[in-house]
Amino acid sequence: MAYLDHAATTPMLPEAIAAMTAQLAVTGNASSLHAAGRRARRTVEEARETLAEALGARPSEVVFTSGGTEADNLAVKGLYWARRDADPARVRVLASPVEHHAVLDAVDWLGEHEGATVEYLPVDAHGRVHPDALRAAVARDPGSVALATVMWANNEIGTLQPVRELADVCAEFDVPLHADAVQAFGQVPVDFGTSGLAAMTVSGHKIGGPYGIGALLLGRAHSPVPVLHGGGQERHVRSGTLDVPAVAAFAVAGRLAAERRERFARDVGALRDELVAAVRAAVPEAILGGDPDPGGRLPANAHFTFPGCEGDSLLLLLDAQGIECSTGSACTAGVAQPSHVLLATGTDPDLARGTLRFSLGHTSTQADVDAVAAAIGPAVARARSAGLS
Amino acid sequence: MTSQTPQRTSRPLRVLAAMSGGVDSAVAAARAAEAGHDVTGVHLALSANPQSFRTGARGCCTIEDSRDARRAADVIGIPFYVWDLAERFREDVVEDFVAEYEAGRTPNPCLRCNEKIKFAALLDKALALGFDAVCTGHYAQVIVNEDGTRELHRASDMAKDQSYVLGVLDDRQLAHAMFPLGDTVTTKDEIRAEAERRGLAVAKKPDSHDICFIADGDTQGFLASRLGKAEGDIVDESGEVVGTHEGAYGFTIGQRKGLRIGTPAPDGKPRYVLDISPVNNTVTVGPAASLDVTALTAVKPRWCGAAPSGPGAYTAQLRAHGDETPVTAELVDGELRVSFAEAVRGVAPGQAIVLYDGTRVVGSATIASTTRAATAALA
Repeated sequence: MAYLDHAATTPMLPEAIAAMTAQLAVTGNASSLHAAGRRARRTVEEARETLAEALGARPSEVVFTSGGTEADNLAVKGLYWARRDADPARVRVLASPVEHHAVLDAVDWLGEHEGATVEYLPVDAHGRVHPDALRAAVARDPGSVALATVMWANNEIGTLQPVRELADVCAEFDVPLHADAVQAFGQVPVDFGTSGLAAMTVSGHKIGGPYGIGALLLGRAHSPVPVLHGGGQERHVRSGTLDVPAVAAFAVAGRLAAERRERFARDVGALRDELVAAVRAAVPEAILGGDPDPGGRLPANAHFTFPGCEGDSLLLLLDAQGIECSTGSACTAGVAQPSHVLLATGTDPDLARGTLRFSLGHTSTQADVDAVAAAIGPAVARARSAGLS
Repeated sequence: MTSQTPQRTSRPLRVLAAMSGGVDSAVAAARAAEAGHDVTGVHLALSANPQSFRTGARGCCTIEDSRDARRAADVIGIPFYVWDLAERFREDVVEDFVAEYEAGRTPNPCLRCNEKIKFAALLDKALALGFDAVCTGHYAQVIVNEDGTRELHRASDMAKDQSYVLGVLDDRQLAHAMFPLGDTVTTKDEIRAEAERRGLAVAKKPDSHDICFIADGDTQGFLASRLGKAEGDIVDESGEVVGTHEGAYGFTIGQRKGLRIGTPAPDGKPRYVLDISPVNNTVTVGPAASLDVTALTAVKPRWCGAAPSGPGAYTAQLRAHGDETPVTAELVDGELRVSFAEAVRGVAPGQAIVLYDGTRVVGSATIASTTRAATAALA
């Protein structure tokens, strides 16, 4: 079995499993005042400190959520509401068109239901937003911008965004910038403190932690309007009893992701380069998605377009041989749609149907790459004969 | 236990099981897997804008159906995918359906779907991807002769037989078709019991009826929304206007209900739709006796095997769940000329006529025109 879908989820690290299972047997609501509550609270706060350190943030800037999707929604909707409440003129939301659906759909929802004017920023053929493009968009009417949101690294094609430069542009106009760093954390240096970001999303299960836990890194100057109201936990920004075992395990995974990042990038990056070379050797006409410069993309991401093939067909054929990957695009009712990311980069819609994303991770091996190298040529030939339906 | 080997074959086949989310296709896929075949499940997304949930027994292809199919595949232990054939379905089935009604004919979309989607678009893709066969939950039998040729036969249980809607399949399509439910002599309750025994949650799901792409079951409303209202006259056989309609396309020959004719017939007997003329947008009504058909001509014949030469005696089925009737049929200049031993009633152009030799499906064709008993008597 060659698991090459780590960008969807990656196996939990043994250390994270140990931390989680140790906490599962412990009773205590972190909001309770008695000894059990204090014990839980201590675990949570230690985890917060660990995660803050791993991400170059202050502990008070870590807001735990149920995952990346919630953190994205909280950042986008919460900052929009707060900024608009402070000044009704602020209704423009600037977003890259290659965002994950957790951002994209939240932004669109604001447009449809909350009077937001959504503006998608132009991207280049690699899906990258140029600081000048952001500057031009903001400068058209700086006073009307509620927020901007540009992901740190793209989940489909792996392209890195110039986050620091984009944040500098926003800072000039005093506009908050949010970045979804779910894919970037653990693969490239992610330092919230020096990023200039107002808010940043991270997720547990993409870095070897558990499902159902994530965090919004939130600058102390920002108080988004909550999406979830209730007991006032997490700076009154995100109510709900904290999942102590998940928080503890997330912190362990986060610490290890930061500690092991350089080695991960080197080793997994080398495997990825081999995989890219193997696919290109077997299928010369395959088009590498995203930035071909390894410095401009995630080290664990390899994205291809295979002309004349349906991504679904390739997925089925590789799945039958124990190779697990993704077409990289979102599903609607289980039906693959041409990826909005590829369409935004100017890819022809027919071509955009023939994509595969291989994403490597901490358990990837040479054998995984060899399996792809052996299977991809015949699979592409067969998928091409099945054509585009 | 009446489950039998779906296809008597010595080697395991790579089988693509079309899974609608209903009980029949789930049990069919389970039987194929149990028989040792390498089965992969696939749900066809046929609507560009699927409804979230089924309402009662109507429609299919909702997100819930897709999920039910996926759950069944999980339980059977086979891979499962959703394939988007919505565009092909729209072109080949839905648009054809609308165009046929517009032309005053009465199409059978299930038959068209089998011909153009399940055993064409789906089968072609399956074969290209390395599958040997497409498996469905239809009740019909494929019998392999000693010389390797295949015959399509009615299901063992005539009450559930669906060979009529498969009558359009040709040799090549038949060669790759698998119907694991076809040799079952069981009631629907027993199929449900088998699903239950296999742990398939769809065991209790209601059967789907009606036309899958008309979720609310309102065919008239669907056609009206596609074709617009076009008021016209309802006339009797003498040409006298007896009522009005909102679109000739909304009628089927033999239809009695929904005519909304104010004045009763002179003889007081019920009146039926005799003819639909899209050209002058009129619907002709008359007594039941005027519906009697003695012969018909059908076009686009398709044969499950060699085309018969010369006139032959067969039995014919003229609509889904319809009775058999003895006929003589002959292929003349590519058209099928059929005469009935006894007059039949309510034959609608657009519907398929399927010819049988005993239980064997000989072939099918699309009814183009009919000869009425009354007309013949006059002639």
